[in-house]
Amino acid sequence: MNFLFKSGHRGCAGCCDAMVAKFTLMAAGENCIVVSPTGCLEVMTTPYPESAWGVPWIHSLFENAASVASGIEAALKAMGKDDTKVVAIGGDGGTIDIGMRAISGAFERGHDITYVCIDNEAYMNTGVQRSGATPYDASTTTSPAGAISFGNKRPKKDMPAIMAAHGAPYIATTSLGYPKDMIKKIKKAIDVEGPTYIHAHAPCTTGWGFDSSKTVEVAKLAVQTGLWPLYEMENGEITSVKKIGKQKKPVEDYLKMQRRFKHLFTKEGGDEELKKIQAIADENIVKFGLE
Amino acid sequence: MAVIRDLNKDKMDVVEGSYAVAHSVKVCKPNVISAYPITPQTHIVEDLSQFIADGEIPNCEYINVESEFSALSALVGSSAVGARCYSATTSQGLELMHEVLFNVSGMRLPIVMTIANRAVSAPINIWNDQQDSISQRDTGWIQLYAEDLQEASDMHAQAYKIAEDKDVMLPVMACMDGFILSHVYEPLVLLEQDLVDEYLPPYEPEYKLDPKNPMTFGSFADPECYTEFRYLQQKAMDNALGKVEEAANDFYKTFGRYYGGLIDEYETEDAEIILMAMGSVIGTIKETIDKLRAKGVKVGLLKVRAFRPFPVEAIRNAIKNAKVVVAIDKNISLGLNEGALFTETKASLYNTSIDVPVIGRMIGHGGRDIPLSTIEKIIDDAVNVMKSGISVESQYADLKEELL
Repeated sequence: MNFLFKSGHRGCAGCCDAMVAKFTLMAAGENCIVVSPTGCLEVMTTPYPESAWGVPWIHSLFENAASVASGIEAALKAMGKDDTKVVAIGGDGGTIDIGMRAISGAFERGHDITYVCIDNEAYMNTGVQRSGATPYDASTTTSPAGAISFGNKRPKKDMPAIMAAHGAPYIATTSLGYPKDMIKKIKKAIDVEGPTYIHAHAPCTTGWGFDSSKTVEVAKLAVQTGLWPLYEMENGEITSVKKIGKQKKPVEDYLKMQRRFKHLFTKEGGDEELKKIQAIADENIVKFGLE
Repeated sequence: MAVIRDLNKDKMDVVEGSYAVAHSVKVCKPNVISAYPITPQTHIVEDLSQFIADGEIPNCEYINVESEFSALSALVGSSAVGARCYSATTSQGLELMHEVLFNVSGMRLPIVMTIANRAVSAPINIWNDQQDSISQRDTGWIQLYAEDLQEASDMHAQAYKIAEDKDVMLPVMACMDGFILSHVYEPLVLLEQDLVDEYLPPYEPEYKLDPKNPMTFGSFADPECYTEFRYLQQKAMDNALGKVEEAANDFYKTFGRYYGGLIDEYETEDAEIILMAMGSVIGTIKETIDKLRAKGVKVGLLKVRAFRPFPVEAIRNAIKNAKVVVAIDKNISLGLNEGALFTETKASLYNTSIDVPVIGRMIGHGGRDIPLSTIEKIIDDAVNVMKSGISVESQYADLKEELL
């Protein structure tokens, strides 16, 4: 198959960014312009003079992808070319931390863009530092587990809820464990007029510490434990949820596959921490009606 | 060369500087305007917003961004798609754009942006000096400085002409002193639409983001090729030297108005003392020169219109026969105690056979008024240099010792 996202890029084996980018272009088709902020995706796909992008693509800075996308959309509108779709694809740091002002402005202004956040839960391009999307107790290079620490002290920032508060007409959470669901939601997001947001949970083999063949398996477990609920929100209301049902797994099944949570299984007091993480999953199950 | 202006009084309007600039932007037919309000740039973007609201700028979108950082970032996208783009800012807003400025020039996007020059904080101060744009001198933007409203207004058509030239493809800052030019009313000829259409062709970039011909913009350049990108930016700046002159000459042919190209000169032919300056202070200096010429002082003016690219050759030629040169700066490089025009002029003369003493005087910071007496005092300093050599190379010429 001739994919718009080309092979031969410099991503790691099992790279989550490459998978999300590929699925996004499968959903978007040829008539689109893609914006990426600085990050792994940008670095690995465009080492000059090579490019993995079969569609027009632009990278400007770390914190401004949503602003650049706004400008592209406005220009296309002004020049009568608004059949072309505008899609931003960025990591969690570039989206929910340093890119927060830009995405907030773009969504408040109501540009007809789709923003896909590849959430691998830390700053992977710079060496696995903590971001606002890093989950509770994850050990990163700037929130390491240690003698008196179980790692990251805060839960993930709830970005989909923040984008919903901006009045976005369509928001969906997706996971690399469910590619068909992801492509379907991205396609829907692109088709809906106005600013739409896709938050893609994307396990990083290098940063999370699991075998490169397990990206999809780890992603599935995040969903099956209730730690990453899959849902769609239309005009602020949740309109669909992926039920876990009988597949429901304890959080340990997900956590034990990853080096970043290893300390929870080896360090004294880890049991108590595991209970807290299970409580986060249980709350999600109740909140989103996942059972 | 003196200023040439074919000004027909019947064609003149009395307008605010900001309105004149907004009108100029309108007749240059931008596709995207993106700006964030900041004093004293606000009247420009308010007037443009009104033009949009009244349907006077067809095929144009105005983006009300949430910060200056996004104002320019949005235009990165717009310009890359092939849109003619405009923004305006000043001071803190320009400093907030710092990272984006490098990005725009590095991606060779010919965006034009007005700078209503203002001091930088702290202490916070909304009045005029040129510290804001001078501090951005290494960001790869062409910088032009206007003397008065007519020039500021006309400069915008020239800016697009230079920026979008295939041999340049660099962004341009059209700098006008905040309040002194942005908020003052003067009689002037509003840029004529029919003549602009003749002077400025539509923007048709060689490379753009287009699904029919996909290209990658803003790729990652490693040590194997990064230097060459930077080198080519400098080559474009070199090309801009000629294009700034060309744009001014072509403008004269079409509109009958001329303010100099890279530089302009006033009473320099037999001048022993040459003052160098940029922006609205030029008018005050000319008046002082007229006054002192009447008393027999051989003083002239070198107006620097282009600070980037820095017109080294033009400056050398203009000052080589003077006995003393004074560079006047509305900025300071802290730690060097020199203004940028002074430092760079000195550097331009080193390793040449030109042996003219140059001194620097910093004035008008944070909006401090510049009366004729300040310029006269500076000329007195210059006379003393001719008599007995340089005593103080660089200093503030309007410091209030009593406040220290």
